[in-house]
Amino acid sequence: MAAELHVELVAADRSVWSGEATLVIARTTSGDIGVMPGHQPLLGVLESGPVTIRTSDGGTVVAAVHGGFLSFADNKLSLLAEIAELADEIDTQRAERALERAKSDSDAAAERRADVRLRAVSAH
Amino acid sequence: MGAQLRVYKRRIKSITATKKITKAMEMISASRIVKAQRKVAASTPYATELTRAVTAVATGSNTTHPLTTEKDNPARAAVLLLTSDRGLAGGYSANAIKAADQLSERLRGEGKEVDTYIVGRKGVAYYGFRERKIADSWTGFTDRPDYADAKRVAAPLIEAVVKDTAEGGVDELHIVFTEFVSMMTQTPVQNRMLPLSIDEKAEESGSKGEILPLFEFEPSAEDVLDALLPRYVESRIYNALLQAAASEHAARRRAMKSATDNAGELVNDLSRLANAARQAEITQEISEIVGGSAALADAAGSDR
Repeated sequence: MAAELHVELVAADRSVWSGEATLVIARTTSGDIGVMPGHQPLLGVLESGPVTIRTSDGGTVVAAVHGGFLSFADNKLSLLAEIAELADEIDTQRAERALERAKSDSDAAAERRADVRLRAVSAH
Repeated sequence: MGAQLRVYKRRIKSITATKKITKAMEMISASRIVKAQRKVAASTPYATELTRAVTAVATGSNTTHPLTTEKDNPARAAVLLLTSDRGLAGGYSANAIKAADQLSERLRGEGKEVDTYIVGRKGVAYYGFRERKIADSWTGFTDRPDYADAKRVAAPLIEAVVKDTAEGGVDELHIVFTEFVSMMTQTPVQNRMLPLSIDEKAEESGSKGEILPLFEFEPSAEDVLDALLPRYVESRIYNALLQAAASEHAARRRAMKSATDNAGELVNDLSRLANAARQAEITQEISEIVGGSAALADAAGSDR
């Protein structure tokens, strides 16, 4: 059995996902980073973007994360985000509508949020 | 019906109506406490993880940051006071305001200027009536705060902390809110949020014995701190808002429960008085009838 790391994906107001994983890919401010079991203790700033978690049973969990942190120590990875949603929870049509609306209102923050959601769904 | 009896009946009716309202408010608050407590519990994982991360950076790197370093002679402090939007919650807002007054007094005694930031209509009204200066205020969400509200409150505070003291910035950030201890007990507390003190953080995260590993920072310790501390402040404010909301509901429930009990007692007392008044009326009527018939009988006897 491959080595595992414990992942906690936590949003400000709830715990989104937790479980065992073999690889977690997230986007930090200095580029994408992949964390595997036994990684050096790490603290990073996350960019808005999809986070991909390869679970130990071979599945993949994708979540849209809007700003936050990741910290890894003792084989435990914590992903902290102000807003985090699993790809399954995202309503694609709603996100598309939001993207349209954000584009027409030229609301950069909303546009990025909707874009991240859609990317998370398509990566799923 | 006699005049007195009518007055009693009217009062009983009005008190019964009031009692219905207070009873309804009591039950609404009771259900909201549970919801608010659940929200506090849901926000705890984020807060603990964040506290761990802040502790790790603060202890694991020698970077100095305006948000962590204590100034030699702090000149200005910000006090954030959390009160409620609505009344009928017993001493809830009054107690929080009193605690904030004490804190401001102490800070002024230490030679610091105090900027007051207020959440909740009650606090704003209190300060407005006394014509005290409010640096900023927010209203409209104290019974059900969400994270966006916490962000909105935190933004100007963080800005003030980062700014130079000479340009109107603050050196310290205090928060006064009502801690939810239990359904029966809520106590106003005064906490210093910034600058952080390391021991306090270790105590909070409950990891005094735990040795934190040496972290690698991505991209750099300064950048991580820059991004981390505002989030930390937001999360602390969010937690305080949620606890204050739970306390507000608990205080309102208690106040409304005693109001309902009092109304019940009043109704009981008044019903007794009303019964006595009715009885007195009946007695009077009987004696009038008896007296009347006796007088008639007397008159008939003397005629004969």
